[in-house]
Amino acid sequence: MSDHQLRVSKIRNGTVIDHVTGGQALNVLAILGIDGSAGESVSVGVNVPSDRLGRKDIVKVEERELSQSEVDVLSLIAPEATINIIREYEVAEKLRVERPDLVTGVLSCPNHNCITNANEPVESKFEVVDDGVRCTYCGTIIRKRIAEHLDAS
Amino acid sequence: MRQDHLISAHQLTREDVEAVLDRASEIAADPAAFRTRRAGEVLALCFFEPSTRTKMSFDTAMKRLGGDTVDMGTVESSSITKGETLADTVRVIEGYADAIVLRHPSEGAAKMAAEFVDVPLVNAGDGAGQHPTQTLLDLFTIRENHGLDDITIGVMGDLKYGRTVHSLAHALTNFDARQHFVSPESLRLPRSVRYDLHEAGAQVREHTDLEEILPELDVLYVTRIQRERFPDENEYRAVAGQYRIDAETLEAASDELTVMHPLPRVDEIAPEVDETAHARYFEQAHNGIPVRMALLDTLL
Ligand SMILES: [Zn+2]
Repeated sequence: MSDHQLRVSKIRNGTVIDHVTGGQALNVLAILGIDGSAGESVSVGVNVPSDRLGRKDIVKVEERELSQSEVDVLSLIAPEATINIIREYEVAEKLRVERPDLVTGVLSCPNHNCITNANEPVESKFEVVDDGVRCTYCGTIIRKRIAEHLDAS
Repeated sequence: MRQDHLISAHQLTREDVEAVLDRASEIAADPAAFRTRRAGEVLALCFFEPSTRTKMSFDTAMKRLGGDTVDMGTVESSSITKGETLADTVRVIEGYADAIVLRHPSEGAAKMAAEFVDVPLVNAGDGAGQHPTQTLLDLFTIRENHGLDDITIGVMGDLKYGRTVHSLAHALTNFDARQHFVSPESLRLPRSVRYDLHEAGAQVREHTDLEEILPELDVLYVTRIQRERFPDENEYRAVAGQYRIDAETLEAASDELTVMHPLPRVDEIAPEVDETAHARYFEQAHNGIPVRMALLDTLL
């Protein structure tokens, strides 16, 4: 599938996440908690040729508009992503991915002895640091393959 | 202190540390003046894992301020075994007491618990995480002997798992302290701690040999290397033996060197060292009382 073909398969209302780091599209869906169970229509392009990135992924979600905080979380795995909110086939809004200071409830702490992994009424909370994210409860730092720590629930 | 809780040595500014240590000095100089200071107030001791010494120390500190304590007892004997969350437990106990001391086997437990209560909460150890009152009493001991600026400190032993070491190292970044870390390769400081120290602008050097830096040290802080960190007995003996000090080791040290240890020790400091002017570890343990009194008095 070429970039051109993907561009022409327009959606009516929803969100287009473009310029996702090649191979990360499914992780983008995981971060956003999109698994199709809500009945939303999702199209995914993986390793599409791109002038800017060489290879990129594209995700289109119909009937769902992402919030800025959802978009910010994407920065952890797809820092180059661009987000277009589509209404009636037109780009109604462009959102920029910005690195958030804190990521709450999205990742699970790799430290099994961390209180956030116990049966307590607390969400995981990670501070975004220079080269990764850091659990605000136990201090564990995740540097690589952040997507592997996406909260499974 | 600006905060209501003491969760981690990381939260302590230089001013916080100095405020607590100044009050601890006042208390140490004239304990009688503080005898009724917290009369009628109650401290809850919530120890989810055994640590008799730390618990006794908080218990004594509160009683010497004229206050009282209630003890949750052991986990086995309490209702916690019935699957109650820590969040619920501390919310119940805050109704009984004016402050809570918490020891828990999970990292981050105290931080989380503090989010659920309004009374001051003191972390008395969370798994391999933080133990900030140990840090305060360590700082107090160093200050009494050398001051906290323009000092050179060596920390030796298990630097990977030793939480007292991590807290102390971080707290010392508030001061003009040169820090040396001496350990076997396999028990070096964890990356997250090195990252922190680096971020805080600390002057940190790592070594595998004490000899090369011993003569320049003002303080040598020794920690125990535990048997369970090694796959077999022989390897443990070989490694542990290199990080043991005796009177002969200390011949190369400055006369002013202070030797500290969080105790209990096993054999990493030979008993003959106790008789030297370097030994300060019992004094260090005793300092836990005025320091915890000062902390409770500050938070309550
Ligand atoms: Zn954690």
